[in-house]
Amino acid sequence: MQQIVNFIIRNKTFLLFLLLFSVSLTFTIQTRSYHKSKFINSANFLTGGIYNSMNNISDYFDLKIQNEILVEENNQLKSILYNIKGKNDSIQLDSTLLNSPYHFTTANILKNSYALQKNVLLLNKGTEDSIREDFGVITSKGIVGIVDNTSKHYATILSILNTTSKISAQLKKTNHFGTLTWNGKSPYFTQLIDIPKIAPVKVGDTIITSGRSSIFPKGIPIGTIYDFKLDIAENYYEINIKLFNDMTNIEHVYIIENIDLLEITNLLKSNSNE
Amino acid sequence: MNSVMYRNIVRFVLLILVQALVLNHINFLGYINPYIYILFIFLFPVKGSRSLFILLSFFLGLIMDLFLDTGGIHAAACVSIAYIRPVVLKFCFGTVYEYQTIKFNTVDFISKLSYFTILTLIHHFILFSLEIFNISKIILVLQTTLFSSIFTIILSVLVTIIFSRKTK
Repeated sequence: MQQIVNFIIRNKTFLLFLLLFSVSLTFTIQTRSYHKSKFINSANFLTGGIYNSMNNISDYFDLKIQNEILVEENNQLKSILYNIKGKNDSIQLDSTLLNSPYHFTTANILKNSYALQKNVLLLNKGTEDSIREDFGVITSKGIVGIVDNTSKHYATILSILNTTSKISAQLKKTNHFGTLTWNGKSPYFTQLIDIPKIAPVKVGDTIITSGRSSIFPKGIPIGTIYDFKLDIAENYYEINIKLFNDMTNIEHVYIIENIDLLEITNLLKSNSNE
Repeated sequence: MNSVMYRNIVRFVLLILVQALVLNHINFLGYINPYIYILFIFLFPVKGSRSLFILLSFFLGLIMDLFLDTGGIHAAACVSIAYIRPVVLKFCFGTVYEYQTIKFNTVDFISKLSYFTILTLIHHFILFSLEIFNISKIILVLQTTLFSSIFTIILSVLVTIIFSRKTK
């Protein structure tokens, strides 16, 4: 016993080092898996508060570009609104909108990140604004990511520029779908894998979300095909997608809540149990 | 003794704020960022308790991880360089370290530069290999380590020159 105590006292710095190093390794490995990084994330009052007050100042420098983006979006929405034929004569009641399964909330990005391998963004909406994990996040141009952790006033988003991110996406022309991933190289390109060889893939074609994941509705634009090649087994395409979104400059985003999400997951769960 | 403590506390807070709010958003050439918050570890008094030093370095790294949502990679890298710092000190400063009389603003430039370089390279290598965590991307790890280290070393040397107090 005496010897053990002596050993601990003699090597206390080394043991402390080992302990702290393994603690940090545990945290690192936890962030590899989705929804596990409960303790170490920026959605807490300290870092969230600091980023928030910093964002209050830096907001002003970007106002001009953000205004242009909003005007562009308004223009696009107006053109859709006034070009619908045959619907103009019937007045749409507000209550009919309540039946749509998707609910939108606006939010601001407090911290953007695109230079790391596992990029996580921070939003200024949290559980008090009824934001929960697994909600989708988009901008007016395309998708951004999925809500990962939430605190009272803040939420972190698993960006599409994250090597662990996997989102279902499809070709706009046909219904061939695959998985959207990121190889960690350029923030302007993501990769779409598992598109079958039979699909008519052409450079310049649009890629949209497939609506199969119950997080994003079908038809949210992602990007256009930049180039493509067959994978090693020569059965599936690996497609490079040029994103519509400039992920290095995003400020205003929309959070999508799927009201039927609980029902769908419960149904799937009961199916898998049987 | 107290003034040394206060100076270190102020340095701790200031370096974290500067790193989190300014330097993490530089993204030179897309991905190169300097990490000068490790200046705290470089300049921590040699005479202080070693356990306290390792513990402080751990928290320094952990706060950085909180800001960046990176799990524990900064904490791991910081703890490692805090643990091996005495060896590097002995290698770079030799006899001055033996007598425990190092003052970082009086040592000669070459040994200070080599001290910064060795610790920065080790820190960045651990940081990026844990971040990328993929043996097949070892070239990418070495590349980012090299470029970020150059950036970090230049900035840390500049900061220590600018903020060093004149010796009378």
